[in-house]
Amino acid sequence: MNEHKGHKYIFQIVSGSILSWNAVLEGEANKVGYSLPAARKTGTTICGVVFKDGVILGADTRATEGMIVADKNCSKIHYISPNIYCCGAGTAADTEMTTQIISSNLELHALSTGRVPRVATANRMLKQMLFRYQGYIGAALVLGGVDCNGPHLYSIYPHGSTDKLPYVTMGSGSLAAMAVFEDRYKPDMEEEDAKRLVRDAIAAGIFNDLGSGSNIDLCVITKGKLDYIRPHDEANKKGVRTGDYKYKRGTTSVLTKSVTALNLEVVEETVLTMDTS
Amino acid sequence: MLQETGTEWLSQEVKTGTTIIAVEFDGGVVLGSDSRVSAGASVVNRVMNKLSPLHDKIYCALSGSAADAQTIAEVVHYQLDVHSIEIDEDPQVRSAATLVRNISYKYKEELSAHLIVAGWDRRDGGQVFATLSGLLTRQPFAVGGSGSSYVYGFVDAEFRRGMSKEECQQFVVNTLSLAINRDGSSGGVAYIVSIDEHGTEEKVVLGNDLPTFFDQ
Repeated sequence: MNEHKGHKYIFQIVSGSILSWNAVLEGEANKVGYSLPAARKTGTTICGVVFKDGVILGADTRATEGMIVADKNCSKIHYISPNIYCCGAGTAADTEMTTQIISSNLELHALSTGRVPRVATANRMLKQMLFRYQGYIGAALVLGGVDCNGPHLYSIYPHGSTDKLPYVTMGSGSLAAMAVFEDRYKPDMEEEDAKRLVRDAIAAGIFNDLGSGSNIDLCVITKGKLDYIRPHDEANKKGVRTGDYKYKRGTTSVLTKSVTALNLEVVEETVLTMDTS
Repeated sequence: MLQETGTEWLSQEVKTGTTIIAVEFDGGVVLGSDSRVSAGASVVNRVMNKLSPLHDKIYCALSGSAADAQTIAEVVHYQLDVHSIEIDEDPQVRSAATLVRNISYKYKEELSAHLIVAGWDRRDGGQVFATLSGLLTRQPFAVGGSGSSYVYGFVDAEFRRGMSKEECQQFVVNTLSLAINRDGSSGGVAYIVSIDEHGTEEKVVLGNDLPTFFDQ
């Protein structure tokens, strides 16, 4: 490794380009008492299963910033190509951007080859990119899809190693979800059984892991059809309040009342609805 | 355990804890590996086949960092493909081992993986090469991975030259079973690959079929 002006260069084997990571910025920031903003992580439970006709991907919908829930209903199942989807755990920005980059490159590749993209291709592209960044891109992915060779499911780790398996789980809730899979997985399940199994695995993560929560999203990929079910199960619906803190008119007695009319002319009216879900 | 959010494994590198072994016999080689891949204290894959094909009759056994080992194997697989087209015949095992060694040596500060290369070619028959830290040495047998420390005594005492293929396979399975018993980072099933001039044979020995020793 070369040391040059405080930057560290890590040589990359596969295509010969160089990555640099600026350690100086973080050091300087720490010296004056600031820390670089904590990246938003998707605490997360994600999983995938291969069943008789295809693959099913599942994910929870909670995004955390430290111990605070930043997004109660984020989407963790990302589009790669019409027949391939990818769940992402780890740093939210990293999973989002990585899947978008590979999705874009895969679309160009498919146009160039004139063929429907294969899951193994997406896997290679993802692992080569993540290895190049030596684990600094915090993206842990569950990649699944159906191509000309049948259904395939891969788990991809931030350092660039991949595993091809019939069922995988990732994220902070992965141990809870894997426990469900190891108990009830069978090869060649029917679609409904497989959907129920994935739903239960994500639910195990949601209820037993602090980093996962809210709803369960599902994505069913088969040769003929694609079902992006968001949400499949609203496991944590907001309750209805039984009481009200509003006071009745007359609780405070009125002593005097004076009304002054304000003569205003309406110039422009715009309405912006706020997402209060 | 109440505070443990379990996200430590996200930052911990995925390692193939591992026991790997390759043995040469007259006419070929036998390679063996366990199947456990761990990230910290969590097992992320309990059935990984760590015997990766570099060519039809040349395999390598992976150990150390999973990403580094997988990447080296895939890069060398590609390089051997090109090389064998260029020379218009099956590559030599020594060539494959040299390609692995070149990467291991050049990037020895950045990488932390050890690959054992073994196979059969027409020129020198069965060969086993170790490439630890970027050296290249041909050996009658080689062991590697975290589990290998526990079985050095066993392999040194039990190995004999001139074993048959079946005796080698039994030797490999015994070694793996002993290492799996003692090493926490090794486990799962045993994968055995036998290569000779007639072809390549892959076999899986499930956990409960592994040979048992005095304490079982």
